[in-house]
Amino acid sequence: MTDPLIRPRRKDPLRKTREPLLPQGVRSRTGHGLTAAAAEGRFALQVCADCGFTLYPPRDVCPRCLSARLPFQDVPPEGVLLAETTIRTSTDVYFRERTPWRIGTVVLDCGPSFVAHLHGDVIEGTRVRMTLRLDKSGMAVAIAMPERSTAHQEDDVQLRELTCDPKFRRVLITDGRNATGQAMARAMAAAGASIIFIGIADPWKPFPGEATLRDVPNAEIVSLDLTDTQSVADVAGEIAHRIDILVNTTEHPRAGGIMHRHGLTIAHEEMDIRYFGLLRLAQHFGPTMRARGADGVNAAAAFVNLLSVHALINWPLYGAFSAAEAACLSAAQALRAELRDGGVKVLNMFAGPLDTEWFQSVPPPKLSPATLATATVDALRKGIEDCYVGDIAQDIKGRLDVQPKALERELGA
Amino acid sequence: MKRRGYDGVVLCAPVSVPYRRYSVNSAHWWIGRALHALTQRTGMKPNELDGLSVSSFTLAPDTAIGLTQHLGLSPRWLDHIPLGGASAGVALRRAARAVQSGDADFVACVGADTNHVDSFRKTLSSFSRFAQDAVYPYGSGGPNASFALITRHYMNRTGATREDFGRICVAQRANAQRYDGALMQKTLTMDDYLGARAISDPIHLFDCVMPCAGAEAFLVCREEDARTLGLPFVRVLSAIERHNAFQDDPIQYRGGWAQDRNDLWDMAGIQPDAVDFLQTYDDYPVIIMMQIEDLGFCAKGEAPAFVRAHTLTTDGDFPHNTSGGQLSVGQAGAGGGYLGLVEAIRQLTDESGPTTVPNARIGLVSGFGMINYDRGLASCAVVLARA
Repeated sequence: MTDPLIRPRRKDPLRKTREPLLPQGVRSRTGHGLTAAAAEGRFALQVCADCGFTLYPPRDVCPRCLSARLPFQDVPPEGVLLAETTIRTSTDVYFRERTPWRIGTVVLDCGPSFVAHLHGDVIEGTRVRMTLRLDKSGMAVAIAMPERSTAHQEDDVQLRELTCDPKFRRVLITDGRNATGQAMARAMAAAGASIIFIGIADPWKPFPGEATLRDVPNAEIVSLDLTDTQSVADVAGEIAHRIDILVNTTEHPRAGGIMHRHGLTIAHEEMDIRYFGLLRLAQHFGPTMRARGADGVNAAAAFVNLLSVHALINWPLYGAFSAAEAACLSAAQALRAELRDGGVKVLNMFAGPLDTEWFQSVPPPKLSPATLATATVDALRKGIEDCYVGDIAQDIKGRLDVQPKALERELGA
Repeated sequence: MKRRGYDGVVLCAPVSVPYRRYSVNSAHWWIGRALHALTQRTGMKPNELDGLSVSSFTLAPDTAIGLTQHLGLSPRWLDHIPLGGASAGVALRRAARAVQSGDADFVACVGADTNHVDSFRKTLSSFSRFAQDAVYPYGSGGPNASFALITRHYMNRTGATREDFGRICVAQRANAQRYDGALMQKTLTMDDYLGARAISDPIHLFDCVMPCAGAEAFLVCREEDARTLGLPFVRVLSAIERHNAFQDDPIQYRGGWAQDRNDLWDMAGIQPDAVDFLQTYDDYPVIIMMQIEDLGFCAKGEAPAFVRAHTLTTDGDFPHNTSGGQLSVGQAGAGGGYLGLVEAIRQLTDESGPTTVPNARIGLVSGFGMINYDRGLASCAVVLARA
């Protein structure tokens, strides 16, 4: 059984903040097949397309038949922990300050032996379930988990290095006026976040759901307008050092394509709210979060973007909106690289149309804000970095993987 | 096809350049010191060495070819053997065939490495592609952690205890006290061994070798040339090597010796009981036990009982790692792969001084190396005989 996490005490302002260190972040190009799987929370290994042999570590040639056709595919993650060790000295600075650290040899049911991190509750000689996770350097590693979940298993110290669990963390939700922001606040409270700062532009203006939002446990309303650089700077100056998870819930979905809109007013607004809003958050909160990537139990952990899945491929009915979302996705990739030095993850949640007034004329299925919020918490608990929520997003992702050109034509039909 | 023997080929001029814990010198310098000692020893001029075989981890960005210009040598036969603990046996096999066929007359075989203050960490993090992808990110425990897993599994499977491993380490330290070149000569008791701090359970401090700088070398030539130079020599009765054996074993429980030992003994024309001393590659005691079993000195899984039944010291029964092995002398990188072979040549040419095994006529030298991912890939063994 894992010792439950203890709520961190207030930080002693005189103590030096521990600098974030990273485990080795170098992988072979083929090895990034594991990174791709871990980013989405899947367990995938290479399986030879010619002889069916499942192999690990990643290779460019099948050690059974010398085939070069070695695609990564999802494989059963179960196995047996054959041998374990507790590392007490390490040559690496990251692990040196995290010893003792357990690893073990897991013989997978699908064949290969996998030297993996061990969850504290796994026992030598018993069955385990492997998961691929992203470590602080953003690279895939496997951790062997107990076959059946155990009490407080998410609090395990080695597992928590790989996740962004909101428990005892402090969250900033950038916009609480919309349904998504309000659902996110409730989901974070339910996940055990210790403080939930909720940004509201012009808080003196009433808005639907305000009373219930103010009742969310540990919620604190802050005046925040992402279109106003000074407002973002002011809020960051006040609370950036206390933000462990930032969720950008600010949205601006407007129908319409490229050619038939008159002028650029709406496009300017879209870019100002979404793209420049993201840049303002990144510039004013990013550096502080990056510096706090190893700051104890409530270290800075994640910067969350809620993106339309049409950031990946344009939906002409919402053509200009899709383009603004694509700009946000591109910026998020840059931000991901910049925050990696601090071990802080960028989580992109890709969603189809939400069940809100701005997608009123779009037929179902549509995603409820509550589902998006729950999925965000789940993704943070898994520490993944790309999550496709709901039927539409998964459909688009699946079709993109198979035939992007067909998808482009079909979305434009 | 029946293997051809190594008739007419001999080994001579064993050279050990005194080790240092850390060195400010380069691998080139250490290799140079070894070759200098070799020429002093043999009375040869450097350009009379027409063959060179080099093993070193810290020579980068150079390889053997760059070294020829650095050293001013002009060999007509050149080899670079990056096989760690199997380097010397493999170098011997290749050099012996070159000499036997006349492709070269005098092959200098050298294993050497430097050890800068930060060398070890750098070597580990970029040791192999699999290490980069699948070992170093998992705790960065280095070989200690990899061998901890192998040791743990071996203990679970055979019932070996820490005391069993300790017997090996304590005996080797006793041997090292007779060998001037050993970096660690302080008496090691079983209590010291058992009370040492844990490094990566069940590996504790005295299971680990100490990385250091050093160089080892010997000369391979034809018997008549050794006689002309007036050099004492030893004969090669047989030699095997094998890489990536038993790849379907889920964790390493045996090495390539188990696959090739019949070849080894058949070619030598003797059985294990004819061996007067054994030099194993001792980068972790569990691998010594595997060598004892897989080479045929006892049945599989019975090495713990075997080490309980023998003293393992130079003056007792079953002398083993007679100069103290890497566990007491230190691990000079690829030089560690040469330690046992060079010491064996000294034993069989009456040059081993205080570590001498009385009346030794046959020595077995075994090599093991290269944890690429989860197990050592290279293995070799050589049977040597007094001339």
